[in-house]
Amino acid sequence: MHGRKRPKSFYLLGAFFILFVLFLYGPMSTIFILSFQGPEGGLTFPMRGVSLTWFRNLLEKQMVGDFAGSFTRSFVLGIIVMFLTVAISLSGGLAFRHRFRGASVIFYLAIASLIVPSILISLGIGLQFRIIGWDTTWYGSALGAHLTWTLPFGLLIMFAVFNRFNKSYEEAARDLGASPWQVIRHVVIPITLPSLIGIALFGLTLSYDEFARTLMTAGTDNTLPLEIYAMTTNVTTPVLYALGTVTSAFSFLIIVLALGAVTFLRWRRARHGSDAGKGV
Amino acid sequence: MRTKSYIPYLQVAPLAFVFGAFLVVPILTIIVVSFWDYDFARIIPDFVLTNYQELLSSPVTLRTYLNTLRYAAIVWAVTLVIGFTVAYFLAFHVRSDTWQTACFLICTVPFLTSNIIRMISWIPFLGRNGLLNSALLGAGIVNEPLEFLLFSDFAVILAFVHLYTLFMIVPIFNSMMRIDRSLIEAAYDAGARGLQVLVNIIIPLCKPGIAIGSIFVVTLVMGDFITVRFMSGGQSASVGLMMSNAISLMQYPAAAANAVILLALVLLMVGAMMRIVDIRREL
Repeated sequence: MHGRKRPKSFYLLGAFFILFVLFLYGPMSTIFILSFQGPEGGLTFPMRGVSLTWFRNLLEKQMVGDFAGSFTRSFVLGIIVMFLTVAISLSGGLAFRHRFRGASVIFYLAIASLIVPSILISLGIGLQFRIIGWDTTWYGSALGAHLTWTLPFGLLIMFAVFNRFNKSYEEAARDLGASPWQVIRHVVIPITLPSLIGIALFGLTLSYDEFARTLMTAGTDNTLPLEIYAMTTNVTTPVLYALGTVTSAFSFLIIVLALGAVTFLRWRRARHGSDAGKGV
Repeated sequence: MRTKSYIPYLQVAPLAFVFGAFLVVPILTIIVVSFWDYDFARIIPDFVLTNYQELLSSPVTLRTYLNTLRYAAIVWAVTLVIGFTVAYFLAFHVRSDTWQTACFLICTVPFLTSNIIRMISWIPFLGRNGLLNSALLGAGIVNEPLEFLLFSDFAVILAFVHLYTLFMIVPIFNSMMRIDRSLIEAAYDAGARGLQVLVNIIIPLCKPGIAIGSIFVVTLVMGDFITVRFMSGGQSASVGLMMSNAISLMQYPAAAANAVILLALVLLMVGAMMRIVDIRREL
């Protein structure tokens, strides 16, 4: 295909793609602009001046509920979910390289976990805790609920990774006398690190933004999405947009950090790809 | 392999624990509670069929289910067309790997941001004084602002498409990238035209991706309640919304019975779609 002149369909489809990207990002950029609305401004254009009023309002607790508290909870929960998702997915992925009884049950549970509607997970866990008599908490029941959403993604990524994994590296390490743990620590983890970062990114951001699975499982303290949702019903000022801008900026920051880390790893790998024959 | 036989069980144990405690037990709980009785403040262990009887005898239930299915069908069709077109462009027309990765990331990033924020972001666009109405008024296409843009079925479907098209793009793109390019060359050499290649080679080979994307989109729409509530302004109904209303009234057994019916329906739909694709082979 290379070298051929671009067909007319390229330009048509390219235009379609650009429209799609505008559709994806257009609305988000309008709330970004409107969050800098002047103090007299409303939820729609025109802009009545430019100010940081609404960002300041965000920090005043009585104005918009507990932004700082719910942000902290969501962030801490996201970090916990992230570490657990990476560890459990990696360990599960390693298990699936061998035959073991119940493998297909676990596999279909992972698929089920993706397709069972979130509200069912939420309701089920809420009821389960209620019947046992435990309190639902964001760091307990909501943590479990989030893992049912992040783990299937992590596991499926691990499957994809290990399907393409060259086992001769491990065998070489074993032949050189590495213990099973050393093989994982010095061979498997470094080779799969970019994918593990991808899983970490999924774990953190999916948990940070999860609403439906948190609804009945978070207990008395709201996470950020619950707080935002509560605001949509009673806040009618651009402070809503300021909140949207801040949380989206945070998500973008995490994405950029993860992508940066992956790019750095690739670059380093390309640079010091192999030390074969260098006598080290 | 020299691995000891118990090692895989240890490795998979945490995964099994999470799915057991937070997926299997909760669903069993829902099934059990759907047969319980309740009054205004409590749920009462019992074995009654009233929750199902009330649900199945109410015309509202049928209407709500039909409305939810209608959303699912429309959103499925729209996301399929958009998702396939975008994936096709990325897989076959973007030539450099760097650009391909970049464009793919552009499509993926919004998935990692908050759904609620993405819904809120339609307000300045669709509202009565929003950008779209201003543009239409300014261009003289309409004389009065259109009321149906925000808080309507239109808005609900728009938001669904906005949120979930990605779930179509990724699996279809994945299928397309696996198509052996020499098949396409061969078809062209044998005299096929572009459309024939698309219909006879690319679409059949993309079926697994289409099936996986469809499973995602359909199940997400079937179980949704927040998008419908927010974008319709409370004017439209969906099964998820019906459940969340019952939950907020503390009518947990009623919500549970509804959940069981919804789950059965979703599993039936997924089962039908799974016939097209062997998910394990697709990884």
